[in-house]
Amino acid sequence: MAYDLSFAREVYKNSEMGHWIKMCMQCGVCAGSCPLGPHWEHSPRQLFQMVRAGKKEEVLKSSSMWMCTSCYNCIVRCPRHLPITHIVHGLARYAMEQGMANPQQPTHRFASKVFWENIVATGRVGEAGLTMKLYFLDGLGAGIRMGLEMKDVALGMVKTGRLNPIPFRGKIKGYAGFQAMLQKAAAIESKHKEAKA
Amino acid sequence: MADGKATGQTILVVGGGLTGLTAAVESAEVGHHVILLEKEPQLGGRVSQHNKYFPKLCSPSCGLEINYQRIRNNPRITVHTLAEVTKIEGQAGNYRVSVRKAPRFVSDKCTACGDCSRACSTEVEDPFNLGTAKAKAIRNAHAFAFPSHYFMDPGFAGSEEARKLVEVCPVGAIELDQQAETLELSVGSIVWATGWKPYDAEKIRPYGFGRHANVTTNMRFERLASPFGPTQGKLVRPSDGKEVRKVAFVQCAGSRDHNYLAFCSRICCLASMKQATYVREQYPDSEVTIYYIDLRAMDRYEAFLKKVEADSQIRWTKSKPARIDEDPATKDPVVVGEDTLTGVRYAERYDLVVLATGMEPMSSSAKPPADGVTQDAYGFVVNDGGPVIACGCSAGPVDVASSVQTGTAAALKAIQTALKAGGR
Repeated sequence: MAYDLSFAREVYKNSEMGHWIKMCMQCGVCAGSCPLGPHWEHSPRQLFQMVRAGKKEEVLKSSSMWMCTSCYNCIVRCPRHLPITHIVHGLARYAMEQGMANPQQPTHRFASKVFWENIVATGRVGEAGLTMKLYFLDGLGAGIRMGLEMKDVALGMVKTGRLNPIPFRGKIKGYAGFQAMLQKAAAIESKHKEAKA
Repeated sequence: MADGKATGQTILVVGGGLTGLTAAVESAEVGHHVILLEKEPQLGGRVSQHNKYFPKLCSPSCGLEINYQRIRNNPRITVHTLAEVTKIEGQAGNYRVSVRKAPRFVSDKCTACGDCSRACSTEVEDPFNLGTAKAKAIRNAHAFAFPSHYFMDPGFAGSEEARKLVEVCPVGAIELDQQAETLELSVGSIVWATGWKPYDAEKIRPYGFGRHANVTTNMRFERLASPFGPTQGKLVRPSDGKEVRKVAFVQCAGSRDHNYLAFCSRICCLASMKQATYVREQYPDSEVTIYYIDLRAMDRYEAFLKKVEADSQIRWTKSKPARIDEDPATKDPVVVGEDTLTGVRYAERYDLVVLATGMEPMSSSAKPPADGVTQDAYGFVVNDGGPVIACGCSAGPVDVASSVQTGTAAALKAIQTALKAGGR
């Protein structure tokens, strides 16, 4: 059987930090170190081996890279210094770009739409509004149930000043500069894409 | 050990382990004067701390005794123990070497009768047993140690009890007024055979060595298995003395890991397979698991791998464990990780876990004190025509057989260096 390296090469080239996957020696320390380990569809080690094996569908449709909480345990322990957290986020991003990310994956829905729209609108995360949107992502009933369940936590956070219940109105100081930054980032990104294409 | 006069063609060998012993006797047996330095009180190095060693699973007394005999019978070899090189100056054929010799507090009148040790009530840390046991403050490192003269712990020498022991010695060998001395040697070439030390396993935090009672290291396990060790060879665990019937070996503990020791020491896979046979032979119903990234059984040692593989009570799990926990009630260590062949996350309980730690060169901390010595990123000495000729584990991680080969090669190089520079 011949190896098809086309997907691996695609990831090395186009997915952020993807080229590091070449360095993985399949020891499994990342999988054992991950606090969410048992809840993943595939461990980071498995994802990396699947990339090498050319399993494009399975990798980009996996829910695994959306489960990463960025605790950095894997990066700290990786014996070959792979920036695993970043590679995994890179794969999530790449799956999205390729239109292969599961649209029902909760983190994907939250991060790529709700969170993004929230922060871009004013330049600051409106915590109360963001939480509401998250809770009601799955409809009215689910939102109310979730809200009641988390009521005490929310009140505690408000009391200790960790959650502002009053929605942020207006825009941050220097909103124009914030917008310019986003535009610049978008320009850099499309230039990178052109260079790679 | 008479006739120790150093001349331009004298060869200095630094390190009295099997590598240095080999270089010393090989040089002396073709007619050269040799000065052999050892920083410990007795010769034998790491090999002497083993229960059995490759390739033939001999007891260390075997290979070492032969070499001690060769030294005893050769008037051209002078041995200095408790001796460390502090400065090297000059060039090939004419080196001036300063050596600091620490006091032994026991003269060579000592007959190793053991009366002093039996009378001594003070116990101290015992580097020979790597922290697995305490030892008397005046002692022989082990039964077949050479030179067979006792030595006294320097911290003990000033004590009231030490003064009393002077009277106990039937031959008057205890000399509490011994002082450190400095030797100035003139030699033609220098063989550097300072060997290795076990990598400090406490640095590998997720594995809990030093915090978990029943997580040990491969070199400590050698002491445990040795008939001259703290348990006379009975394999029991430190926390409660329970027989170890379920044992895990964790390969590459700190090795091939940029966070710790980035290279492969090449001996640890075989060492763990050998130690697995210690467990299996002592307890026929025992179970052993070896956790590995990939197995490295160099050249002819593959036969040993096949032998160990034939034992169905030895299991192999392809995985570098992520961490080792401890059950606070039983003190059982629990190994946690991902089996990379199945993708299954495991948490497996054992009586004892042995970390297969690698070899750190002595020269990473104790550098040859000379200008012009090249060392690689890990501290191994590179042979590039500098003032010292490195061999054994000071040049790279090697097994005992290769150490002997490189010791012999270094002897030839040292002879050539001394002769060439001497104008022959």
